[in-house]
Amino acid sequence: MRQSDHQTIKVMTGNEACAEAAIVSGMRFFAGYPITPSSEIAEVLSRRLPEVGGVFIQMEDEIASMGAIIGASLAGVKSMTATSGPGFSLMQENIGYASMAEVPVVVVNVQRGGPSTGLPTLPSQADVQQARWGTHGDHPVIAVCPSTVRETYDWTVEAFNLSERYRVPVILLLDEIVGHVNEKLIHPEPNDIKIVDRVRTTEPPDKYIPYRITETDIPPMADYGSGYRFNVTGLSHDETGFPTNSPEKIDALYRRINRKIERYRNEIVFYKRELLEDAKICVVAYGSSARSARRAIHEARAVGVKVGLFQPYVLWPFPDVELNNIAQQIKHFIVPEMNLGQIAHEVACVTKTIPIKVTRVDGNLITPGEILERIKDVSL
Amino acid sequence: MFPYEKYLRKDKFPHIWCTGCGCGIILKAMLRAIDRAKISKDDVAIVSGIGCSSRTPGYIDFNTLHTHHGRAIAFATGLKLARPKLKVIVVSGDGDATAIGGNHFIHAARRNLAMTVLIYNNHIYGMTGGQVSPTTPFGRKASTAPYGSAEPAFDISGLAIAAGASFVARSTCYHATQLDKLIEKALLKKGFSLIEVLCPCPTYYGRPNRLGNAVDMLMYYKENSIPIETARKISEEERAGKITIGVLHDIERPEFCEEYFKLVERVRKI
Repeated sequence: MRQSDHQTIKVMTGNEACAEAAIVSGMRFFAGYPITPSSEIAEVLSRRLPEVGGVFIQMEDEIASMGAIIGASLAGVKSMTATSGPGFSLMQENIGYASMAEVPVVVVNVQRGGPSTGLPTLPSQADVQQARWGTHGDHPVIAVCPSTVRETYDWTVEAFNLSERYRVPVILLLDEIVGHVNEKLIHPEPNDIKIVDRVRTTEPPDKYIPYRITETDIPPMADYGSGYRFNVTGLSHDETGFPTNSPEKIDALYRRINRKIERYRNEIVFYKRELLEDAKICVVAYGSSARSARRAIHEARAVGVKVGLFQPYVLWPFPDVELNNIAQQIKHFIVPEMNLGQIAHEVACVTKTIPIKVTRVDGNLITPGEILERIKDVSL
Repeated sequence: MFPYEKYLRKDKFPHIWCTGCGCGIILKAMLRAIDRAKISKDDVAIVSGIGCSSRTPGYIDFNTLHTHHGRAIAFATGLKLARPKLKVIVVSGDGDATAIGGNHFIHAARRNLAMTVLIYNNHIYGMTGGQVSPTTPFGRKASTAPYGSAEPAFDISGLAIAAGASFVARSTCYHATQLDKLIEKALLKKGFSLIEVLCPCPTYYGRPNRLGNAVDMLMYYKENSIPIETARKISEEERAGKITIGVLHDIERPEFCEEYFKLVERVRKI
């Protein structure tokens, strides 16, 4: 990254970086409900959004927050909410609506320990499977997971871009550590930030078909109140946006909305590989656990262990092909995560191995030492 | 003859409502009111949840949004704030608005966000086959209250007034010509407006309670409704069992959307 006079350097938390990046992304509507450890996102935006002419509203609950951002997005405004575990559970109903009606929205989940009220002030990564399968039915979703304050900034921007590009809800998975840690953030140059806006229809209102099956599988959108009068429903619908009972049309809809993600997965999937070329051991880690994992692999390398790191930033769609490709060379996969093995399960499925789990569910982060110990165990 | 066709999506008919259902009467009254209020079709958004009433938007040619059960007001809140020039109308039922959506309903009234909520109150969950609702009167039967409901009913209009709505009116499907005037008033009111419309469901509410056919149910509304002006003059005993209709509540309060954007202007000047 270039550093110039124009760049501002600030110390801020992941939650603050998320709020700032959302403004930069063009987000102008936030609806939310207070919940630890995400509340700073709402607090910052309640100050920042009026400054840029946007709307901040604190709703009566998380269900309403999710509904409000979908309503605002359908009016053409980039929209977001932020929550934690219990609120994320309440949002699932309307996350399904956004998947079904293909409404771009960003949902931030600053993870805490669960289930239930769990550990409100302590970190966890226990919502990664909920981010994929929390709402009912086969549905498309994208979930991204940064591990530092700067990455939170970048991935907030990317979350909006993915959401707008694919007309899909995007879940930004932070955790209490990433959300609350204070780190140096060098603001990127405005010109270095790529902002994507949804494709809007170029057809006149009388020709517009809201869910027309196009070559891209992503129907161009129109904004409510812009002269295009159309219908949006959470029922299974045909190209016109009206409910249908036709098995053919229902099948076409479900397959297309899910195909969107499969088809573009190579453009969506993002991960970092570190020291994997000659590695016999691969640590798969994400979010704040990846920070400990990185330290651990370097310490292990220092004593001659051939170990590397695979860090997915996009968790859903999962980098299955990429992990499978390295499975031949890797003798042991180690998956440290602050849950009881939610991503280890995916690693097992795609690599056809039994990964070694390093788990913590006591509200403490996984230390580099704990990961290093397991690396050494298997390298003997 | 009012030119309903101007506002209908004719290819979406026949509608799904049962014979004798009051939903169509309310739909037509709403169209007459919108026409009289001279609001362009492009500037009207109709938002609904789930239930019989909530199928209304599909049949009419506006910006239409059919959401989840109880959530129409939440979606409508985002839509209105994101595009304030839209005239937002929420169509909902008694179960949709006051059971699963009760929280959104009272908070929208409290905020006094400019929208008109039209509640089709048929005292029953029609779409799912006649289960007891928060407005099923005490003692009445439903498929989940086979021995009669042991719960008292919500007064929807009273709830809206208590929660802070600017404008609250009640009418019935018998009083169709009063209804469109009330809806028109509600549409022109600044702030949160609510119209509660008693709506016959002969299939699932009338039949188990032996209330007769659709005409009998409409005649019941005719015979038992009293204007609010009369209701105010008579004693509580005399009012018992009567349906009070007309404009129940009409006050001036700061409207949320306007107040919010005033706040934005103030902040941006600093």
